[in-house]
Amino acid sequence: MPSVVETYEVCVVGAGHAGCEAALACARLGLETILFTISIESIAMMPCNPNIGGSSKGHLVREVDALGGQMGIAIDHTFIQSKMLNQSKGPAVHSLRAQADKAEYSRFMRRTLEQTDHLTLRQAEVTEFIVTDGIIKGVKTYSGATYYCKAVVLCTGTYLRARCLYGEVIHETGPNGLQAARRLSDSLKNHGVELFRFKTGTPARIDRRSIDFSKMEEQLGDARVVPFSFTTDPEEVQIEQVSCWLTYTNDKTHEIIRDNLHRSPLFSGMIEGTGPRYCPSIEDKVVKFADKNRHQVFIEPEGLSTNEMYVGGMSSSLPEDVQYQMYRTVPGLEHAKIVRNAYAIEYDCINPRQLKPSLEFKAIRGCFSAGQFNGSSGYEEAAGQGLIAGINAAMYIKGQEPLILDRSQAYIGVLIDDLVTKENTEPYRMMTSRAEYRLILRQDNADLRLSRIGYEIGLISKERYDAVVKKEALIAKEVERISHVAVGASEKVQTLLQEHQSVPLKTGTTLAELMRRPELCYEDLEELDLNRLALPYDVIEQVNIHVKYDGYIKRQMKQVAQFKKLEHKKLPEHFDYHQVKSLRTEAIQKLNLYQPSSVGQASRISGVSPADISVLLVYLEQMKYRNG
Amino acid sequence: MDTDTIAAIATAMTNSGIGIIRISGSNSLSVIDQIYRSKNGKKYLSEVKSHTLHYGMICDGAEVIDEVLVAVMKAPNSYTKEDTVEIQCHGGIVVMKRILETVIQHGARMAEPGEFTKRAFLNGRMDLSQAESVMDLISAKNEFARQNSLRQLQGDLSQKIQTIRQQILHQIAFIESALDDPEHVSLHGYRATLGECVQGWIADVDNLLKNSENGVLLKEGIHTVIVGKPNAGKSSLLNVLVGKERAIVTEIAGTTRDVLEEQISLDGIILHVVDTAGIRSTEDTVEQIGVKKAKEYLQQADLILYVMDASVPLDESDEEILLMIRDRKAIVLLNKSDLDQQIEEQQLAQKLNHPILSVSMRNQTGVKELSSLIQQMFFQGRLSIHDEVFLTNIRQIENLREASQSLCMVNESIGLDMPEDFYSIDLMNAYEALGKILGESVEEDLIDEIFSKFCVGK
Repeated sequence: MPSVVETYEVCVVGAGHAGCEAALACARLGLETILFTISIESIAMMPCNPNIGGSSKGHLVREVDALGGQMGIAIDHTFIQSKMLNQSKGPAVHSLRAQADKAEYSRFMRRTLEQTDHLTLRQAEVTEFIVTDGIIKGVKTYSGATYYCKAVVLCTGTYLRARCLYGEVIHETGPNGLQAARRLSDSLKNHGVELFRFKTGTPARIDRRSIDFSKMEEQLGDARVVPFSFTTDPEEVQIEQVSCWLTYTNDKTHEIIRDNLHRSPLFSGMIEGTGPRYCPSIEDKVVKFADKNRHQVFIEPEGLSTNEMYVGGMSSSLPEDVQYQMYRTVPGLEHAKIVRNAYAIEYDCINPRQLKPSLEFKAIRGCFSAGQFNGSSGYEEAAGQGLIAGINAAMYIKGQEPLILDRSQAYIGVLIDDLVTKENTEPYRMMTSRAEYRLILRQDNADLRLSRIGYEIGLISKERYDAVVKKEALIAKEVERISHVAVGASEKVQTLLQEHQSVPLKTGTTLAELMRRPELCYEDLEELDLNRLALPYDVIEQVNIHVKYDGYIKRQMKQVAQFKKLEHKKLPEHFDYHQVKSLRTEAIQKLNLYQPSSVGQASRISGVSPADISVLLVYLEQMKYRNG
Repeated sequence: MDTDTIAAIATAMTNSGIGIIRISGSNSLSVIDQIYRSKNGKKYLSEVKSHTLHYGMICDGAEVIDEVLVAVMKAPNSYTKEDTVEIQCHGGIVVMKRILETVIQHGARMAEPGEFTKRAFLNGRMDLSQAESVMDLISAKNEFARQNSLRQLQGDLSQKIQTIRQQILHQIAFIESALDDPEHVSLHGYRATLGECVQGWIADVDNLLKNSENGVLLKEGIHTVIVGKPNAGKSSLLNVLVGKERAIVTEIAGTTRDVLEEQISLDGIILHVVDTAGIRSTEDTVEQIGVKKAKEYLQQADLILYVMDASVPLDESDEEILLMIRDRKAIVLLNKSDLDQQIEEQQLAQKLNHPILSVSMRNQTGVKELSSLIQQMFFQGRLSIHDEVFLTNIRQIENLREASQSLCMVNESIGLDMPEDFYSIDLMNAYEALGKILGESVEEDLIDEIFSKFCVGK
């Protein structure tokens, strides 16, 4: 029977947050790219919370932006409220979070895709993989069409063999009632891919008109909004914002939940997948933290063109009738009308141990994957991986070295390294505590850290890169200058110090020294600094951080230097570690299983000891001599 | 390549002859400059020629530790191809340990097991054909150190460290959960609370450090195990040894009911003596466990004292024990020499190559001979303490110091009003340092603690 046969360079499967970034990266690098989605209406859809960013996730968005990705730009154009979290804490943990207008976000991303050269959008379910001799050759769709290509990026999100559950009700669908992808899993299994079953959940959406906001606390956005993207003009994001609302569960809520636990598929054993601990259902919270008599509930708008409100903090898989009872115990929700039920969703994802740090399958050349399919969760985690997988698919086709960000370069590096190196037993979420060098990996310096990489890859323009180089030079020069500006114990100085409740000077010092006092910053000392030039805000921000946290930052830089040594020692691919006799048995087993790409990665595999690493180093040296 | 500076004791840990402490790495010369004093006080070893030997003193501040000879070998003409310094001191274990500790306090770190050899190899000093043996050495030494580090910790000590660690982890998890979910967890007024905790931990860790300097921290000494059949006089031997010398270093708490441990100083040589349950084939479950334990101890011992009841003939159990100690350092004690002898010393001597002594615990005869025999073996170097045991101990003390320093830095950050996220960096360092003592890795501890103790997330 005749059927459609087409040829592209890259096939991207899935148009969620990972797929969009992957497809854009490939197309922008000049590769003919086709992006498959089960429904064109669901491009860059946010099936759960209506926000982008948050603690450590905001960092990911900034990094995606600095590397030339799209998420930051998209949210800057479509946010309806924005907050910089953790402002009272150190600069390393400041994090942006914006409420998105979901429909607008999706529309904006779709327009971007549609306007990108070399990019083809296609609504179709990919059902099969074509692999010859361990090399990807293309994909087939449900209609029987064949798409040949040089690289595939799998970003299937939560759609593989997905089913949604609440109470005794099971929908064999993906999120939001969308069609699930039922067939690709089998094809993956046939090619030796090991699959996990994970679950996650979402709360109900409630009609705004049925909510009594007078019983809730209003949550406003920041007075001065900071954009996500380094390319966005800060003046353009000073828009009128909408509010979110805070209310609480209570004893009555918890009583209803406890009385109906037996009807939850999570507790009755109907759900086999493992759920994320950081995103617990309200049932989980009530059971696990039985001593807490209330939990926070955030009511967040889903957009400007809808009445739907997201009930943050109350995801659930209890039956419909219990959901009504439960939500209606919450102050302000007494008459709540549910638009969409809360549900749990189960789906297939891979054991990410099967991937290289480039996100390419170890066993299938040219096949990359990203996002929830890799066992992560979150829009931002997906976007970060999607961008890297897309870039590396392009590098693979061009015959260039893959882009691997290490743990000292980016949260994206931490994310991917964790995924491919550690045992993953639940959907992985980024957390600031996972980044050991977080003083260096700040959201404010993502451009300084990553623009050069983005430029070299070809996703950042020369103009944009030059601006970053210039910024860098300005910072260095200013830090140097103020370390040499002498400040004496004059009356003018003492008065200024007094005004800021700072201890008077006994002897002379420098401007930089004064800035290290917690109560003083660069801007406060302007009067004492006669030769000061007018500098942009973002340069001043960096000068402040550099000077104030100098000691801590230097300490971390030292640790990074140590870390880099092992990271640079590469290990051979497909290596049988039985050949290294002095390794302990457990280490041999783990190393054979994970096939780490560097000694550094090997050192992070649980079960590989420092002594095993020493043995590996000696072995590598021996190999080096042998191979001349 | 590795550039940090490492140090270790390079000679066997016996009391004989000369002891050598070796330092290697780019800071070797600056370390020795800080602690070496020449006769006229004017010489700096960083300025002397390579491959020269220098007489002088090793000092810790004003205190003179020992008279020494220091060999200076500059890179690349040394074993490791790095700047290397060797301090030759008077053998004694106590002195060697003091010097090593001083070296470490002045900028070197304790070498990992096998690390000098590893560096020599990686720096191209050794023949390629030696790679296999280098790898074997590294893995064997590390395995020994790993097995011993926990065994050496006094029972309640590991408990104490565990408790402090758990408390630290809990506070880190609290800080981190607040950073990850600022809308659910507030750090308001937390600074003072943490300040108090940190003060407490510093006091606890410093207390442990103080004890460690008195030698109470770890079971040091020649691991000596007393074995024999029930009623042969094993416990009497221990009592006699302890009683005679009246030099118990510590009474170890938490000993099991089937094994009794004592630390004894025998004219300056420290023995860590374990009295085991009698070995015999038995149906009794409790006793079986004791016997199994005894056999385990026997395998790890540096010296075995086999007590036989000379008044009863040899039987199956004796044969079994004799087999177990055949290739080991052991002394056979024929007890109850005051009674009728059923075992002939000469007949026994043909069966094995261990020294045999006739003793009577009841009359306390032969004890002096035993004591001098042990000393003789020690000074002749036939009996040595496994160096890794000692080195592990010093490593553990280093870890305690590191933990204490990190906690002091938290204290400082609190005093400076630094934001809370800075605290968890040094708290984590302290947590990891304490973990090394217990041989535990960090892995997912923190994430687990956050999720199990704090209700975070949407």
